[in-house]
Amino acid sequence: MEQLLDAALFSSTLRVVTPILLAALGGAICSRVGLFNVALEGFVLVGAFSGIVGNYLFGNVWLAVLFAVLCVMLFSLIFGYLSINLNANPIVVGISLNFLATGMTTFLLRAIFNVKGAYYDNEMVGLPKWEIPLIKDIPWVGDVISGQSPLVYLAFILMFVLQFYLFKTVSGFRLRSVGENPVAAKSIGIKVRKHQYSAVLACGVLCGLAGAQLSLGQVTMFTEGMTAGRGFIALVATMLGQANPFGVMASSLLFGFMDAFGIRLQGLAIPSHFTQMLPYIVTLIAMFFFKDRSYMQDALKAGGSSR
Amino acid sequence: MLLQMKNITKHYGNVTANQAVNFDLGEGEVHALVGENGAGKTTLMRILYGMEQPSSGSVQVKGNNVSFDNPASAMASGIGMVHQHFMLFPSFTVAENIVIGREPTVGGVFDRNKAAALVEELGEKYGMPVDPWAVVSECPMGMQQRVEILKVLYQGADIIILDEPTGALTPLEVKELLVNIKSLALQGKSFIIITHKLHEVMEVSDRITVLRDGQVTGTLAASDTDVEQLSRLMVGRELVSIVKKDVEPGEAVLEVKGLGIRGPKGKALLKDIHLEVRAGEVVGIAGISGNGQSELIQAISGLRSIDEGKVQLSGVDIQGMDVRDIREQGLAHIPEDRYLWGAAKDATVLDNGLMGHHHKLKRRGLVKGKEARTKVTEWIKQFGIKAGTVDNNVQNLSGGNLQKLIAAREFAHDSHLLIAAEPTRGVDIGAMEIIHTELIRKRDAGVGVLLVSSELTEILQLSDRIVVMYEGEIAGEISAMDATEEKISLLMSGGNRQT
Repeated sequence: MEQLLDAALFSSTLRVVTPILLAALGGAICSRVGLFNVALEGFVLVGAFSGIVGNYLFGNVWLAVLFAVLCVMLFSLIFGYLSINLNANPIVVGISLNFLATGMTTFLLRAIFNVKGAYYDNEMVGLPKWEIPLIKDIPWVGDVISGQSPLVYLAFILMFVLQFYLFKTVSGFRLRSVGENPVAAKSIGIKVRKHQYSAVLACGVLCGLAGAQLSLGQVTMFTEGMTAGRGFIALVATMLGQANPFGVMASSLLFGFMDAFGIRLQGLAIPSHFTQMLPYIVTLIAMFFFKDRSYMQDALKAGGSSR
Repeated sequence: MLLQMKNITKHYGNVTANQAVNFDLGEGEVHALVGENGAGKTTLMRILYGMEQPSSGSVQVKGNNVSFDNPASAMASGIGMVHQHFMLFPSFTVAENIVIGREPTVGGVFDRNKAAALVEELGEKYGMPVDPWAVVSECPMGMQQRVEILKVLYQGADIIILDEPTGALTPLEVKELLVNIKSLALQGKSFIIITHKLHEVMEVSDRITVLRDGQVTGTLAASDTDVEQLSRLMVGRELVSIVKKDVEPGEAVLEVKGLGIRGPKGKALLKDIHLEVRAGEVVGIAGISGNGQSELIQAISGLRSIDEGKVQLSGVDIQGMDVRDIREQGLAHIPEDRYLWGAAKDATVLDNGLMGHHHKLKRRGLVKGKEARTKVTEWIKQFGIKAGTVDNNVQNLSGGNLQKLIAAREFAHDSHLLIAAEPTRGVDIGAMEIIHTELIRKRDAGVGVLLVSSELTEILQLSDRIVVMYEGEIAGEISAMDATEEKISLLMSGGNRQT
């Protein structure tokens, strides 16, 4: 057991939780303005792919992250325009964007890199690992926390920033009012569309970072469909966390831990397909406990009444 | 004059919603705007509040010409509006709901303590205390109404428009609201109240302007007029008083014997109900809503299963029959909640009119479109429903017009028993008269009518026998001759049990 739950396990939990947490925070902002964004999976996939493309084009990992963020912001504008301006059903839009992302990245992978399945370049430099002074010398804690990619730290910082923004600032208060009752928000002169677009774009930024962490942080490569359902797990984390940043972090950590634990169990001759089921089983069980939470239903209702 | 609207005309395509309307308001005045559904009250107020632009005419506030492009600019001129459906954020606190848009801050951060203090102060200043930290969704309707008014006051309004302010309130809350309005008027605030409840108008307002078909038919001081004159001005003719023929009731069309229904936790919602409705009589069921009336109707119409006792329609036990079979047994039903049971909001006027008639109007599995159209169009004409075309979506109809459509649809059934639950809720007096006349005509033609209403005047006016329900039981029965408002009220509140 001790071997099973060592520092490396928690360290890898932090690493795998980061894309989920970032995307889930993006989902949380969207649901706070009454747009239920099921396109997180597609957003992250586009982010992961454009991260690699950016790295290939510019040869600089930081520019690559920036490029990923910009690409996903553009992609998120499609979601915003269709569901905000054209009043399309966000769920339908989200689902089609997920398929679009899968097809587009596969196609571009062949068009740009002329490879099938995966692109990998030995020369390519991924995100660095940051050793945190002082903390890295603390036994166990240092092993867990230190030596992660900068995006891991950024994810947790952004979680606190978002919590503060939504619940302490005036701007965040108004943003939440848009999701709560768009008609009422409009009646007192709050610009509903502006807030919805800001939220969708912010979601794009967060998913871009999530994708970059995926393709440049853990490994430095892109494989077709490499998100492997993480965007959907993030969606569940959003719901489970009631679109509260702290709650989202807690549920993301749970899923990340199950993921890392599953990988660890593979080392103990437990079939890998079984361990891959674990995070999803936990998700299903979690849904049983949260079935009565009505936060999302309220948000959806309010979103529906705006048209 | 604080506010003057001169010669306001508003066209929507070919429709004239307002025709040369003049309206003014003095400081500290309560000016009621009354009229039937679709008379143009709401349009006039939407123009004043910047939600619509007039086709011609001018608006002056404190002597200055103004034109509002949006609510925000109306607000800046001191005009605030409390909408019929509250514009509140259910999961936010009272204070948050009031200060939103003008939040107090410390260094960019929303200062919720200051907001609460401001709101508390505001409430005390205007004699409407609230708990600033309470979550709005947990507040009763009367308190939510108060929050709406405080929100408008917080935004600095001197002119407050109240659109149907008492629709969702209990009688006690209505009383409180009217007192609040009067005391605010004494402090110099001016009110425009849109309503069709004439008794409330007489109680609270200084002047009354009546609109009919987009035109002003009179502006009167409340002290110089009465409810009858106002109704005449609203409807444009004398209201026909209901005349009932002497009909000897025939055989029982509905027999309810020992009916009992238990709620989810085994609590009895209905206990041992015995009730009989005979052909050619109106049985009125009075009671404060929530005392088992809804469950009783649902049990009779097959929307809810019966736990004890039995219900017979024209001698046939309906236990286990589905709703359609029961209806074909001879039941028509104007349901109490028009949006929940009565209509499909996203469907057209035609489709909604057809519901329940569709299986009689078909040939080889297809609906006979032409015939259906003719039928629904006829009803629209007969009941004066303002529906545009039959292809219009019913969610664009006002509540009163939708209610008329549902009533027309149910009247058209050739039934032995007609259940009319709150048949005139939210409709204006003209429509009320039409529905009442039609109910009595049904009775005179030998239909048994079961009328459920929380409006005592309606019960007293129409019923031959009155049954009062209290806590799921029948608290007493009175014949129309002996019935007085006092007697019924006493039974409704659980006093003086007869059984």
